[in-house]
Amino acid sequence: MSAFLATVRRDLLLALRRKSEVLTAVFFFVIVTSLFPLGIGPEPVLLKKIAPGILWVAALLATLLGLPRLFAADHGDGTLEQMALSPSPLGMLVAGKILAHWLLCGLPLVLLAPVLGLQFDLDPSALGILTLALLLGTPLLSLIGAIGAALTLGVRGGGVLLALLVLPLYIPALIFGAGAVEAHIAGLGAGGHLSLLAAMLALAVFFAPWATTAALRIALE
Amino acid sequence: MLNVSGLACSRGERRLFADVGFSLDAGEWLHVQGENGAGKTSLMRLLVGLSPADAGEIRWRGEATPCLEFRRDLIYLGHHAAVKEDLTPLENLRLSAALDGIGLDERAALAALIRLGLRGREDLPVRVLSAGQKRRVLLARLLTRPAVLWVLDEAFNALDVAAVKLLGELIAEHLAKGGMAVLTSHQPLPVPGGRTLVL
Repeated sequence: MSAFLATVRRDLLLALRRKSEVLTAVFFFVIVTSLFPLGIGPEPVLLKKIAPGILWVAALLATLLGLPRLFAADHGDGTLEQMALSPSPLGMLVAGKILAHWLLCGLPLVLLAPVLGLQFDLDPSALGILTLALLLGTPLLSLIGAIGAALTLGVRGGGVLLALLVLPLYIPALIFGAGAVEAHIAGLGAGGHLSLLAAMLALAVFFAPWATTAALRIALE
Repeated sequence: MLNVSGLACSRGERRLFADVGFSLDAGEWLHVQGENGAGKTSLMRLLVGLSPADAGEIRWRGEATPCLEFRRDLIYLGHHAAVKEDLTPLENLRLSAALDGIGLDERAALAALIRLGLRGREDLPVRVLSAGQKRRVLLARLLTRPAVLWVLDEAFNALDVAAVKLLGELIAEHLAKGGMAVLTSHQPLPVPGGRTLVL
């Protein structure tokens, strides 16, 4: 457990020394979601209808931006080898790296979403559901993305391959995440969608670090 | 304690080596030699368990590797710098110890860096250090991480005369305490005793 926390601390410290990499993903999210209201114009009904989908797609793409770097730097300088040979279980260290990735690339999106949602004329309760859905969904995106990042590690042109590999796997999160807000606006209640998101997250928390570890061991051979 | 037998490795169609075997006991060290491309680094990676062997087995204290006990007793320093350029030498040492689940206080980390001749450099980002100094930061792990088996791949590269002598002393001290070492190098090593394996 101490090794898990040490990995989180290490990755946060590294991000602090190289802020631009983290800020790019956050600014990307802010700019992409702001372009739509500007492009479509003041049509509150239409904007309200497309808001959940746009915010979710922007969150998917913003998460994807940081993924190629998740393991690439550690692989390049040999620290990943040292992690694989460490007495601490590699799965624990990998889980720490995924948590750090979420804290840096996922949590800021969750916190910004209610502010950005205002541009789409979402009412406060819908903003609450949107934030809750992203809070459940963004860790899922980081967990699934880590598997893709590990599988494409060291592959030439891995960034594009990573997008092709991971985006289809993001579809369930997108459907239920955006669906939660839509269902709430339509007055149907978002409970079912949120429960399904939470179930997928619970499943991913157990399996994704394990699958990522297996993929990393292959990449290191 | 370390028994290796019948080890074979091929890259693609090419067979690098076959039927490599040796054993090491407390206080012994092995010098792996061979021309470029003979498979020295491949042998090291097989030995530590980073890649699987085509055939053969590696036993540590009678148990087949990779096992937890082996990883706890092993330290492997390869070609890579394996230090984070954005962190200082002190942070690098303490964080890599924490990742290994070992508590390392600042005094002990500082003492290791000073022994490696990095006094006054402990708070600079590693990025501004020279190649040889980066290597010294990595070698400081030999002092902070308690390990029985040292596997050092080309550890003498990029080091100046004083550092080569120092590393030789560190290895000799380690062997005197009952440690073991497997080293690769093209130059003669400043460590007494030892057996040679030519690939």
